[in-house]
Amino acid sequence: MTAYLITGAKIVVGGPESERVADLLIDNGEIVAVGTNLDTPTDVETIDAKGLIALPGLVDLHTHLREPGREDAETVLTGTKAAALGGFTAVHAMANTDPVADTAGVVEQVWRLGREAGYADVYPIGAVTVGLKGTQLAELGAMADSAARVRVFSDDGMCVWDAALMRRALEYVKAFGGVIAQHAQEPRLTQGAQMNEGELSGVLGLTGWPSVAEESIIARDILLNGHVGSKLHICHLSTKGSVEIVRAAKKRGFEVTAEVTPHHLLLTEDLATSYNPVFKVNPPLRTKADVEAVREGLADGTIDIVATDHAPHPVEDKDCEWSAAAFGMLGLETALSVVQHAMIDTGLMTWAELADRMSYRPAAIGQVSEHGRPLEAGAPANLTLIDPAARRTVVPGESASLSRNTPFDGMELPGRVVATFLRGEPTVLDGKPAR
Amino acid sequence: MRHLLSAGDLTRDDATLILDTAEEMRSLADRPIKKLPALRGRTVVNLFFEDSTRTRISFEAAAKRLSADVINFSAKGSSVSKGESLKDTALTLQAMGADGVVCRHGSSGAPHLLATSGWMTGSVVNAGDGTHEHPTQALLDAFTMRRHLGSLEGRRITIVGDVLHSRVARSNVLLLSTLGADVTVVAPPTLLPVGMSSWPCTTSYDLDSVLPKSDAVMMLRVQRERMNDAFFPSAREYSRRYGLDVHRMAQLPDEAIVLHPGPMNRGMEISAQVADSTRSVIVEQVTNGVAIRMAVLYLLLSGSPETSTTSTEEQTA
Repeated sequence: MTAYLITGAKIVVGGPESERVADLLIDNGEIVAVGTNLDTPTDVETIDAKGLIALPGLVDLHTHLREPGREDAETVLTGTKAAALGGFTAVHAMANTDPVADTAGVVEQVWRLGREAGYADVYPIGAVTVGLKGTQLAELGAMADSAARVRVFSDDGMCVWDAALMRRALEYVKAFGGVIAQHAQEPRLTQGAQMNEGELSGVLGLTGWPSVAEESIIARDILLNGHVGSKLHICHLSTKGSVEIVRAAKKRGFEVTAEVTPHHLLLTEDLATSYNPVFKVNPPLRTKADVEAVREGLADGTIDIVATDHAPHPVEDKDCEWSAAAFGMLGLETALSVVQHAMIDTGLMTWAELADRMSYRPAAIGQVSEHGRPLEAGAPANLTLIDPAARRTVVPGESASLSRNTPFDGMELPGRVVATFLRGEPTVLDGKPAR
Repeated sequence: MRHLLSAGDLTRDDATLILDTAEEMRSLADRPIKKLPALRGRTVVNLFFEDSTRTRISFEAAAKRLSADVINFSAKGSSVSKGESLKDTALTLQAMGADGVVCRHGSSGAPHLLATSGWMTGSVVNAGDGTHEHPTQALLDAFTMRRHLGSLEGRRITIVGDVLHSRVARSNVLLLSTLGADVTVVAPPTLLPVGMSSWPCTTSYDLDSVLPKSDAVMMLRVQRERMNDAFFPSAREYSRRYGLDVHRMAQLPDEAIVLHPGPMNRGMEISAQVADSTRSVIVEQVTNGVAIRMAVLYLLLSGSPETSTTSTEEQTA
């Protein structure tokens, strides 16, 4: 295994004050030393990282890798390659594959494919209910005990809308410390919904997806979880009201964690005016006021993490009329740039806080001990080097994903991932896949 | 003007030009030969993804009276349900050299997509898309009102019914306000979109209070099935509160007219006596529909750059 000496990077270690310029020596999959004038092995490979920032490898709690079942949209290999290019060293693969990841067999298959791909560690998320149908609990214990060691369970794409079933799921996973990640969407309030409900949906004649459909489920589940004392995580929170509910709940001592996607930190509903389905996503893009609220929530810690909800779709599922199109957007390769643009360059967050929201905390929620560790001697060498001064224009055709449905097409964004290391091995060097 | 996608895209001058052109087209109906050579050699495709016999034959008659070649493409019932087919259909029409495509589609924005996707180069006329818009219906309604009321400036026009799901209502509110009318929409609160403050109209839940101040009343079709989704309790209750019967009609000023885009639910939103009364201009709307669609097709297709000199000479209607 090659040893690497990364010189002159600004290293983000821990709290907001702990950014410092130093060298970083990686060997045998670990960070051996951090400091200056380090003792290095003779055959070390040096990477000049002057002007770059070294971040702990990013961890995504919400990725759709589409395999098994929709290998035309993405595979574990292409999805994790995109992840590495985006600075991620670990991704959590959502359960809505075909077949659904609702048995130990499927989660072990996905876990094994991740190991083989080698670009990022893949942690499968198990379905809460059989076939995501919301009627019967899946074998959560079997998935937890499997080689994939599942700890996060979600019916993402579908809401566990039945309050009794949600209660039981929250209770049941206490036996092995699991967390239920809820896709908060009241189904009756969102039948046929196409975009955020408001003035614009009325004008465009697209069926509305009202904020209250998200907020009512979040409020219900926080109270349910308060009753049973388990672990609740809210997927892709998107409205101002949701931020207020979570903030108030945390203040009153309720246990809950929440995520926001990069696209909800930047894009607004008016993009639907083009009727271009690349902007169709669930939950939908909201208003400017919502974007401001989720940014504020992420900055003050109300929202714990950024998760991409990377949702690849083949061209034909987006190259069509709005109502026929699939929901979802690519996210892995643009997440860091979007968060830098929305949170860092606006002064709302520091790089250390970004490391917290995109690495430490998602790893903690996903209970992944190998990832999300501060860049210190003895930690696994999972890290990414980024050039914050670079600017780039997003070109869908350049994506490592099999799909092209990025809503950031043509947008100029700051920041570029220069290198990513997974357990000491480069997955990305010079901004290109290194395997 | 290259496409007609939304009534909101029309300036007052655009709209007036269409209405004035339609007047000339309508006078043609009184001549022994009801045909003009204006679009000879041009191909108009009626691309209907939803059933709508009335709108389709209206466009067909309009195109034929302008001597265009007309192809009717009914996608309803075929395997067309996914978007890929919209794209393939558009590519097919492009390959066949369609100069104009009249599109009716169940998905809001589908004509917009045809016009902007680059799949085809012809002009697109929105003949009704989902719950979005139906601009030629609004034009023919305005045309009909103008013939009865004169200028629409300051005229009080009331639109009653399922505004939430109505493409007719959206296009009419936009067009009539552009033409200077004072538009009021009346519906139960469940059938109004949330956040209508940006719409250029006022809203009311009370039909009886609005009728005495209306120069024209447009009744929208209300599907009985909406009551299954709890938009209103029953057809009878809807009819009692928002239907136009002779007693309600009596509250209208003397010269006021009654419109309906059709097809009507007699006894639901409009009583048979009202529909057949002298105030009703519903049949006239159908006649005017052909004239309006002739005007739209003429203005979109006869002057485009690739038109040969012979067709420019024919612009003498």
